[in-house]
Amino acid sequence: MTSILTNLFDGVAYGMLLFVLACGLAVTLGLMNFVNLAHGAFAMAGGYVCMLLVNKSGWPFFAALPLAFVSAAVIGVLLERTLYRHLYTRSHLDQVLFSIGLTFMSVAAVDYFMGSSRVFINLPDALQGQFDFFGVGIGRYRLMIIVICGLLTVALQLILAKTRFGSRLRAAVDDPRAASGLGINVPQVFAFTFAFGCGLAGLGGALSAEILGLDPYFPLKFMIYFLIVVTVGGSSSITGPFLASLLLGIGDVAGKYYVPKMGPFVIYTMMIVILIWRPNGLFGRTAAR
Amino acid sequence: MSVRHKMLSWAATAAAVASLAAVAPAGAQDAVKIGLILPMTGGQASTGKQIENAIKLYMQQKGDTVAGKKIEVIVKDDGAVPDKTKTAAQELIVNDKVNFIAGFGVTPAALAAAPLATQAKIPEVVMAAGTSIITERSPYIVRTSFTLAQSANIIGDWAAKNGIKKVATLTSDYAPGNDALNFFKERFTAGGGEIVEEVKVPLQNPDFAPFLQRMKDAKPDALYVFVPAGQGGNFMKQYAERGLDKAGIKVIGPGDVTDDDLLNNMGDAVLGTVTAHLYSAAHPSAMNKDFVAAYKKAFGSRPGFMAVSGYDGIHLIYEALKKTNGDTNGDKLIEAMKGMKWESPRGPISIDPETRDIVQNIYIRKVEKVDGELYNVEFATFEAVKDSGKTKK
Amino acid sequence: MSAASDVGYHAQRHARWHYGEIAFWVIVLACGFLFPSRYLIMTDIVRLALFAMSLDLILGYAGIVSLGHAAFFGVGAYAAGLLSLHGIITEPVLALIAAGLAAMVLGFATSFLVIRGVDLTRLMVTLGIALLLEALAERFSNITGGTDGLQGIEMQPIFGTLAFDMFGKTGFFYSVAVLFLLFLLARRVVHSPFGLSLRAIKNNPLRAAAIGIPVNRRLIAIYTLAAFYAGIAGALFTQTTAIASLDVFSFERSADLMLVLVIGGTGYLYGGLIGAVVFRMLQELFSTITPQYWQFWIGLVLVVIVLLGRERLHRWVLFVPNLIIKQVAGRKAVIAVPESDA
Repeated sequence: MTSILTNLFDGVAYGMLLFVLACGLAVTLGLMNFVNLAHGAFAMAGGYVCMLLVNKSGWPFFAALPLAFVSAAVIGVLLERTLYRHLYTRSHLDQVLFSIGLTFMSVAAVDYFMGSSRVFINLPDALQGQFDFFGVGIGRYRLMIIVICGLLTVALQLILAKTRFGSRLRAAVDDPRAASGLGINVPQVFAFTFAFGCGLAGLGGALSAEILGLDPYFPLKFMIYFLIVVTVGGSSSITGPFLASLLLGIGDVAGKYYVPKMGPFVIYTMMIVILIWRPNGLFGRTAAR
Repeated sequence: MSVRHKMLSWAATAAAVASLAAVAPAGAQDAVKIGLILPMTGGQASTGKQIENAIKLYMQQKGDTVAGKKIEVIVKDDGAVPDKTKTAAQELIVNDKVNFIAGFGVTPAALAAAPLATQAKIPEVVMAAGTSIITERSPYIVRTSFTLAQSANIIGDWAAKNGIKKVATLTSDYAPGNDALNFFKERFTAGGGEIVEEVKVPLQNPDFAPFLQRMKDAKPDALYVFVPAGQGGNFMKQYAERGLDKAGIKVIGPGDVTDDDLLNNMGDAVLGTVTAHLYSAAHPSAMNKDFVAAYKKAFGSRPGFMAVSGYDGIHLIYEALKKTNGDTNGDKLIEAMKGMKWESPRGPISIDPETRDIVQNIYIRKVEKVDGELYNVEFATFEAVKDSGKTKK
Repeated sequence: MSAASDVGYHAQRHARWHYGEIAFWVIVLACGFLFPSRYLIMTDIVRLALFAMSLDLILGYAGIVSLGHAAFFGVGAYAAGLLSLHGIITEPVLALIAAGLAAMVLGFATSFLVIRGVDLTRLMVTLGIALLLEALAERFSNITGGTDGLQGIEMQPIFGTLAFDMFGKTGFFYSVAVLFLLFLLARRVVHSPFGLSLRAIKNNPLRAAAIGIPVNRRLIAIYTLAAFYAGIAGALFTQTTAIASLDVFSFERSADLMLVLVIGGTGYLYGGLIGAVVFRMLQELFSTITPQYWQFWIGLVLVVIVLLGRERLHRWVLFVPNLIIKQVAGRKAVIAVPESDA
């Protein structure tokens, strides 16, 4: 019984992590209709920035996390202004080609500067180990992930639904022309959203170093997971990707625990079945774009 | 659009590109060429880089001429994908006319090149891959790394004799992993031990947590682990996170899990891990101290066992050439390599004349803190261990 | 002068063989004699070209995007490997066809899943199928050899006479022959009424359905055919390298394929062939210069291609050849203009 709960807990933490990593992609792909396969590169950037700050410069872990967010967001906004902007109107195939190219470049560049070995971030003692909660083993680090990611999700939902920026974004996405006619600066809104998504990925990258491992091949290795989250979740809101991430996380952990040999099947089969059942994802818009 | 003209012009362009690419690099006639095929990109890239570094270091130290011939190393990346290895090996043999092929990060890669070495009659020096069968696939294969049987047997004996009764195993699901598991199991159960849980994890594996939870629930005395070099760090982190160290479950295994190049970043949870392996950067010999210092100075990191295998591999090539007086006939080189003995940074080693596999000391080591850094400190030595995967037959 | 006869006239004109095409195949064959030391890389290009042509059939002509085309490649590869390893069919050509048929069956079975949904869903469903197969191959390692791959495949001579040699000469000409035959078939198919109806579906499925084209049946048919082609490409891979390993199913293989086709251009069959040449040459060039960081330069090239625009780039690349053609042919306006593809 307790092992079920521990697995559930691990699965939730894993899922939450995937959500933070992938929700930026959900925004660019779902809302802005841009296939950005280089999303993982921003996560990697955040992870390496955090690693450098903590390990080399001796920053406390919690101070480095926001900087992982900021640095990934800054890189994001720079690339958005210089490169991505020109590709919003291009075909999906062009976007795929471009973003895969960017991913290759980031992989080789990080390999060149940081080496190809896996790196780890030195964690404060308070985050290490596990404690017992009525017999259920709770990992401290994973608990922190759940708390941070949970807060982020709530904040995101509030921003999108309640703030002025949220309504501008939704307007800009639904009908860019009408939105700009109403005086909304659409490119600015897009740039900001893109940067925010990249920042979240950067934060996710920093958080995931401990669990998923951080090396130059991160963007390629996890690209598939991000895509699964976004397609299974659908792109109409962030609730979809959120639930998809949880499902993926719990499914993966439970699959590995109970049927270790069948591990990867569980996820892929789940994905195919869901997509056959609901081609636009669990919470997709019914009308095709 | 006009398909015709388009085709014609494309064809002209293609021909121009092709003729450019067809210009093969021409080398001096008096050179000895070594084709080094390593995973330089992808998940195994750190293996490739360690070996390449070690070879560079050796050539800096010993010069690049042997028996009057200049040594030329051509590096090819195979990304640890066997068909790329094969293509690379073929290209090297046919176009670059190499005299040796060397490297090979993973077992399938070494096996893929084996028939080519046989056909071309040139030595294949395996510097990393660790499955027993490799050297049986071609009479031209020589290995300077290790076999998993060597260390897995010994840690199995050691565990059974040192009060470990129940062991859970976690091994990567591929040939070396299965070797590591089977040879350990054989000796450990023969010594009266019991395997309480056996999990094979996929080779590409992001998260060990669920597997570790399973291990924990099985409540063993120790955890026997084999994961490829590079994944050890992740494993140890999650081992600590899950509190297995607090639950008194020790990690034992072949030394891949505590590979020197990552060891220092793994955190204190790794303290007390007992492994059997061929090399530790803390090996107490003057030669090793120099080697570690030179390597650190040149590349800014600690050499792992892959680096030593590369270092010994190039040494073997140098020595064989000296013995044949620069003759590059494959059969003569292989003959020269057989039975060769030398002192390596890891200790005394030799090439078994029967199997062309490496014979070396296996050390039992425990992770300890030395001057604030984590090291595998050797405390017992099994001398001149042959590959039991073959001697058995 | 009805519209129908007009369409028929244009279709026929397109279907005719052009000098350029003949020149292309002559050059391909000539390469086999000009560069005897490069058979392996050329065989690799031919395999990739066949594989890309398979994707072109569904992407360029029917508009089905796929990120999991390696599924069929892999099935073909393992089928050919297992047939030869267990001595079931030792004659390479027969084994090739059998492997292609195996992939075709899978293609037919999965086509029902793929034709549902929008582009993104298709991408993910195809990707999922390939990943699932990879996981299966890893799981049933007693059959497939798992991560170690199928080892020890020994190829029998083609038709019992032509043996595969170490330098890859037989392999190269064998692959070129297979590529050419399948190209002829594909050419016939895409210029047939069936092929034209596919284009109609690609342009507008609703309108195509309205004029009485059975959209789903056509898509299933072409998807199945493409799977057959991919299976053959996979089988060629196994036969010429004597290896089949898990990476035949890998995502990288499917993604590379997409790059090849996008570089070469879709919808005129030669795109995959030319893309394969350009892509492999670049890869080879960069990885010779820097075995460690070649991915950076490939990435840079891809980014530059997109930023400059593929059309513009094709125009530049074709500038000099066009000039020559203009001089030789003495025409003014008929210049190679790359199509604007999706």
